[in-house]
Amino acid sequence: MKITVKLFAGFRENRFKVAERELADGCTIAGVLSDLGISEPELGVALINGRHVTLDQVLSDGETVSLFPKVGGG
Amino acid sequence: MNKIFRINMSDMTSKVESVPAEWAGLGGRGLTSTIVAAEVPPRCHPLGPNNKLVFAPGLLTGTPAAQSGRLSAGAKSPLTGTIKESNAGGTAAQQLARMGIKAIVIEGMPSEDKWYRLHVTLDGISIEPADELVGKQNFAVMDQLMDKFGPKIGILTIGVPGELRMCAANISVKDPDQKIRSHGRGGLGAVMGSKKIKCITIDDSGGGKVPIADPDKFRTAAKIFAKSLLDHPVSGEGLPTYGTNILINILNEAGGLPTKNFRYGQCEHHEKISGETMHETIVARGGKHKHGCHAGCIIQCSQVYVDEAGIYVTSGFEYETIWGLGANAMIENLDDIAKCDNIMDDIGIDSIEGAVLLATAMEAGVIPWGDGKECLRVLRDEIGKGTPLGRILGNGTASVGKAYGLVRVPVVKGQGIPAYDPRSVKGIGVTYATSTMGADHTAGYTIATNILKVGGYIDPLKKEGQVELSRNLQIATAAVDSTGMCVFIAFPALDIPESFTALIDLINAAYGLSLTADDVTELGKKILKIEHDFNKGAGFTNQDDRLPEFFTYEPIPPHNAVWDFTDEEIDEFWNF
Ligand code: SF4
Repeated sequence: MKITVKLFAGFRENRFKVAERELADGCTIAGVLSDLGISEPELGVALINGRHVTLDQVLSDGETVSLFPKVGGG
Repeated sequence: MNKIFRINMSDMTSKVESVPAEWAGLGGRGLTSTIVAAEVPPRCHPLGPNNKLVFAPGLLTGTPAAQSGRLSAGAKSPLTGTIKESNAGGTAAQQLARMGIKAIVIEGMPSEDKWYRLHVTLDGISIEPADELVGKQNFAVMDQLMDKFGPKIGILTIGVPGELRMCAANISVKDPDQKIRSHGRGGLGAVMGSKKIKCITIDDSGGGKVPIADPDKFRTAAKIFAKSLLDHPVSGEGLPTYGTNILINILNEAGGLPTKNFRYGQCEHHEKISGETMHETIVARGGKHKHGCHAGCIIQCSQVYVDEAGIYVTSGFEYETIWGLGANAMIENLDDIAKCDNIMDDIGIDSIEGAVLLATAMEAGVIPWGDGKECLRVLRDEIGKGTPLGRILGNGTASVGKAYGLVRVPVVKGQGIPAYDPRSVKGIGVTYATSTMGADHTAGYTIATNILKVGGYIDPLKKEGQVELSRNLQIATAAVDSTGMCVFIAFPALDIPESFTALIDLINAAYGLSLTADDVTELGKKILKIEHDFNKGAGFTNQDDRLPEFFTYEPIPPHNAVWDFTDEEIDEFWNF
């Protein structure tokens, strides 16, 4: 299936801002991270279509995933 | 810190008092709010002789503890009509603390139309004429004072909007780089202007060290505390790299970035104004991506933004300002936004209120959407000079809305709503509604838990748990605001248990106390209740703890969320 991945902050270094990835059916957020070489503790927030999701969330074809490291402001 | 100064501008006297026992354990917001509540009649006119302007360094200010150099300013706010505390970095807080000054209380107002400068030294506070500074904006005032007293002089100053008692006027504080930090929110610059005080100079020559009851215990706690700040990924890495503006992209992705005066929750040009773009721009141009607002800040969320030639444009370039001008007022050019930020520092208006009122002026058709150059002109030549249009704008978002007959006016208790949409981030909506300060995100920063997953996670689009979240954070924040610590210590404190324990140990070691976490919570509750009682005395009821009506019937895309709390649900907030 095709998934659009958007990366932010430090996750962009040596990677990309937005890319389409071909992933196996049933792939989870954890699977996307390992595909990108990002360790799980580095993840701050993952969103699918603007909703927060957890590592075990299974993706569906055509979805957009946004991944942020642990960042904040205020 | 054992002295309280009282400056009476009606009879031009300056007195020093010892600290009453019941105020000894207070500092920062706890002390300013306690003094204002005890001594200011709640129904007084905020710009009249019965209001008082109080400055107080935090309990830990002046000690070697990291992040502890913030100064609180308090009064009845002319913008909101509520009690107000606003804290800022800069050099003044540490200077006052090292001179043993726990608070400065400015009372009364002069009958003559003359302007004054308060001069603070170890010998006391004198009231000096300042007519030669009238009509000057902040950077010119600071230059003139540094010529006279040297670069180390501490300065608090107001620009022309403060002189003209505009409700968006702030009080500017000189920082270690001779630039400006601000007591931004709530129009405290207008209160200073009403008392005819153009500026305050602080010469701390001869000032000593802040006494510490148990230096060994203090050193140990300070180390643990500092380590927790550096270990936590948000305070140790995220903030110094990207500043607070990293939030543009995350709020945009979550659908909570108010855009075009709160019409949409996402902004098409978000990438151009994002923290990532700002970081790249600063690095490519040779600016500084990390920088502290006071000596002793190790998080360093501030930055120095420079132009293409590498020349200073602004510093302390915050997410809320960039959101307000970039997404909410639709200005796509980060350089224009930076110039507006600098002009707001110079003329001395709150950069959140300033940004929100400019978007409201766009809604009114006074300024074209996204026109950064026209915003610069309006700030400099209308608000900065006090033209009739400038006064309508400079009195804040609510004033603009009223003058132009607008309905979509994002304010609570008259104060402009900052950078997080309450429909799609519901916890922050509870904070806006219930805060004793009017719409203030820092009062109970639920974004941490609603969006950033710090201190747990509560779904931002659901109502469940939001009132409790906001209440717990508002209580904790009231206590932290009393220590002189910057609010970003909350990120490690929410996630790393030793961090919060170390903070309490710092207070105990400094004062020879044995406070527990429960005592700190009790302090936070007490401060909130004192502030709430003041507001009730000023005529506010639970019916004022509400968001503007348009949030209930205008769904915000992409989630098409509306504000759907009942009155009873919000009123639960004060059940503690
Ligand atoms: S982290 Fe930012 S706000 Fe806090 S003290 Fe440092 S520069 Fe100031």
